[in-house]
Amino acid sequence: MLEFITQFPLVTAVLALLCMGAVFGAVLGFAAVKFKTEGNPIADQINEILPQTQCGQCGYPGCRPYSQAIADGEAINKCPPGGEATIAALADLLDMEAIPLDEEHGEEKVTTVAYIREDECIGCTKCIQACPVDAILGAAKQMHTVIIGECTGCDLCVEPCPVDCIDMIPQEETLQTWQWDLPDPNSRRVEIIATDAQGRAA
Amino acid sequence: MRKIYDFHGGIHPPENKHQSVGEPIEAAGIPQQLIIPLSQHIGAPAASVVTVGERVLKGQQIAEAKGFVSVPQHAPTSGVISAIENRVIAHPSGFSAPCIVIDTDGLDQWIDHSGQPDFESVEPSELIKLIRSAGIAGMGGAGFPTAVKLTVKAATKIETLILNGTECEPYITADDVLMRERAEQIIRGATILRHILSPGETVIGVEDNKPEAIAALRAAAEGTGVDIVSFPTKYPSGGEKQLIEILTDKQVPSGGLPSDIGVVCQNIGTAVAIANAVDKGEPLISRITTVTGDAVDKPRNFDVLLGTPMAFLLDKAAYQAGKNNRLIMGGPMMGFSTPRVDVPIVKTTNCILAPTESELPTPPPAQACIRCGMCADACPASLLPQQLFWFSQGKEHEKLEEHKLFDCIECGACSWVCPSHIPLVQYYRSAKADILKARSDNEKSEQSRARFEAREERLVQLAAEREAKRAARKKAAEERAKKAAAGDGEDPIQAAIERAKAKKAAQESS
Amino acid sequence: MALMRITSPHAHGPMSTTRVMQSVLLATVPGILVLTHFFGYGTLVNIVWGAMLALLFESAALRLRGRPVSFYLKDYSAVVTATLLCIALPPYAPWWLIVVGIASAILIAKHLYGGLGYNPFNPAMVGYVVLLISFPVQMTAWSPPRGAGELHGLVAALEACFTPGNFDGVTMATPLDLLKQNNALLMEDLWQQTPLFGRWAGLGWEWANIAFLAGGLWLLYQRIFTWHAPAAMLASLGLMAALFYDGGSSASGGSPLFHWLSGATMLGAFFIVTDPVTSAVSLRGKLIYGALIGVLVYLIRAWGNYPDALAFAVLIMNFAAPFIDHYTQPTTYGHRDEGSK
Repeated sequence: MLEFITQFPLVTAVLALLCMGAVFGAVLGFAAVKFKTEGNPIADQINEILPQTQCGQCGYPGCRPYSQAIADGEAINKCPPGGEATIAALADLLDMEAIPLDEEHGEEKVTTVAYIREDECIGCTKCIQACPVDAILGAAKQMHTVIIGECTGCDLCVEPCPVDCIDMIPQEETLQTWQWDLPDPNSRRVEIIATDAQGRAA
Repeated sequence: MRKIYDFHGGIHPPENKHQSVGEPIEAAGIPQQLIIPLSQHIGAPAASVVTVGERVLKGQQIAEAKGFVSVPQHAPTSGVISAIENRVIAHPSGFSAPCIVIDTDGLDQWIDHSGQPDFESVEPSELIKLIRSAGIAGMGGAGFPTAVKLTVKAATKIETLILNGTECEPYITADDVLMRERAEQIIRGATILRHILSPGETVIGVEDNKPEAIAALRAAAEGTGVDIVSFPTKYPSGGEKQLIEILTDKQVPSGGLPSDIGVVCQNIGTAVAIANAVDKGEPLISRITTVTGDAVDKPRNFDVLLGTPMAFLLDKAAYQAGKNNRLIMGGPMMGFSTPRVDVPIVKTTNCILAPTESELPTPPPAQACIRCGMCADACPASLLPQQLFWFSQGKEHEKLEEHKLFDCIECGACSWVCPSHIPLVQYYRSAKADILKARSDNEKSEQSRARFEAREERLVQLAAEREAKRAARKKAAEERAKKAAAGDGEDPIQAAIERAKAKKAAQESS
Repeated sequence: MALMRITSPHAHGPMSTTRVMQSVLLATVPGILVLTHFFGYGTLVNIVWGAMLALLFESAALRLRGRPVSFYLKDYSAVVTATLLCIALPPYAPWWLIVVGIASAILIAKHLYGGLGYNPFNPAMVGYVVLLISFPVQMTAWSPPRGAGELHGLVAALEACFTPGNFDGVTMATPLDLLKQNNALLMEDLWQQTPLFGRWAGLGWEWANIAFLAGGLWLLYQRIFTWHAPAAMLASLGLMAALFYDGGSSASGGSPLFHWLSGATMLGAFFIVTDPVTSAVSLRGKLIYGALIGVLVYLIRAWGNYPDALAFAVLIMNFAAPFIDHYTQPTTYGHRDEGSK
């Protein structure tokens, strides 16, 4: 054995490498089978991040189709309801550069809730058919109303209404939703890091 | 002598308590109008049970509890309900909330009431009901409904009942004077609580900067078995978690309740309210509030009806509006500034602080964080405030939770020591709210997703059904046509033509 | 007067960043005086020139970054950086050496990384290392201390700085160098035969270190920092020295006392290692951080190629600080029992 090694060092080295490769390959292959993790398909992970407004502003008929499209290479900046936060999260997930929101598909707005002016409603059920999350209650020739808790503020019911009795009302801040703002390092208010203006005044 | 333990961190800010303890408790009297917010506690707001124009008597229930974590409200004096509307309340947002407004009549006429003075023969659950119907919520600051706190799981054995007389915040002396002047009632409340919870021991914890209060309590507790324990003054030893650690060396598990480790903690003001409710049947309609700060000439403690506008109390304390730079409800460490003077006193208002600019100066602009670590040394929860600040700035929610942001009690010790004057607590409050909002948004979007998918499924199913029906109809029609073609029975059209021909022939032949 | 709406707490303690920095500056005074006593006015000239440059660079950097200049100058951090760097430089250093050093410290190590609080590396040490690597000759040219050679006056010191060509100063090896190069003499003999050694360590050096120790203890008393990092560093350095003292033989690495009182040990322990921005944050983390610096200082002094090791040791540990932080997060209230679960 030793003799062989000293006589044919090159052959030995190659053989050794081959053997090691075979052993490690076997181990890796075994591990790949044994410890296989059933990962979320990427489209599902993307769908988790999207706001589920189902508004279709991205040009797809809902969040799920858009997430599939992103997985297939569509741009990540077409979701106005999600805004910058969603783009950042998507960029993080997909290991891409975060890009600004594509204004073509709409602007980032405050969350709104649909409100039906009930005495004007004629009971045409068009909004009910348009609502992607079944948040409108009613029947033909009966007054309709919105289940506020389920409304995603997607605007899709506004267009079909023949009598224009649906308003999108911004969700107002209440005692329960009020919160302290993050101190803004660039604001001029008292609680902050100095700004240029203050520096010059000082 | 009981063994005292220490907790990590803490600070020693100037106490500034001497200003307001010179005078005995003064009855504030009855203002012309009382404003009773429907929510003065943690939990669901109460619901009004009175109508505008109705006359109410002192102690009459004017709003009922809604749900388990809620308490009713009572009329603090007799008068007429003049409005039920939104009024600005004591809240850092400066927002309005539903309030019942009472125009007082000065008669201060009580409704019929009676308690259970012989409480030892009463079932604890009955007493808890009584405490709940008396509208009692924690008076130390948070305002958690007391009855909820006293309802412990049957399997839980309460080892230690703690009454919190620590009052570690600077300036506030409401509990101090209460202990000095009404020690008997506190002990009475302690014995009632002891009957309800049957704990192994009952302890009243007081910081050693209140010797008079300790002496008064000791005298009143003589022979009752209630232990009065004093320990070194350090902020925030009055925090429930910190007090529990000082007295028992146990820590409340993160996200858990004191009762999980066999401890129940109540404020001494709450104990007095319980004594009043059980002995006399009086609901919680007044409290002791300290009015202090250099912008009032006569700082002192008032026995004040709930709903009294702050301005009324400030007047009594000779308020100098011109010298005042901010009005703080609560103490200088955890109190919040209110933008108006007409907000009402509520169950949790232990102090109104009216400082001058030189007393509590406007915070200077924040400098850079140099990570000096003074905040970490001061943090009573053993957090790393400088790291939390970093992550809050970057909105790194995962990192924040990893660094236990939600174990922060917002005591303000970190901001107090911060040499760069960074408003750390505001960062944490904001970050906490953001995380909670993200969580609820997530829930909502999860729900929307489920509803969207259910709808899609339903639409697909409907389309399939319609398709199936259409196919069935088509099939039936085809089959009928096939039958006709096979001559199995007459072709209807052919038959009609034949019939018409036959008719015509018959006419011609006649 | 309008009522303010501010988040709690409304009260604030007496400490301010400006005061912290001023205290640090004040604490360096005894050390500077002793250095001046033993080595002449060189260090003092360094510091004054360095501080002026630091303020200049800091202002320029702040202006370029669009930050309020006077507000940030008031935190004194630039002056502290300059002072610490200039103390570490050899006396009678030429003016351009200091320009390069301060520029590296303030512009590169501090502002390119985002300014005070954001710099991962100690600016003074970055400046020092840049100089040491770029200009090894100038950086090892220590003049002999009082008692071992002529002392220069103030004029000569200014001349040395601003017209270095005209300055003819004698330079000598430092005691750390001598010890490292020694491989023939017993410790005892080395001490007796070389005039550069004093009672415990290098002549002059030992008193400078004692003065910095005094300043550091005063800062500790003022609660500017905690004892953890400096104590851990001195303990581990002492331990390493004791392990390799070898009974004072010719192969000895020097006694613990020699290492404590040589080179930049005390300056480092109390003024560099305690720099909060670049060190570990938790108390346990500071112990580890300090101890590893002590070990590295000894390793580099005994077996490395450079005369003193503090700057390298500190920079290496600056790298490790976030890592240490990750593993030394303190147990938060209410999480005490989680480890056992």
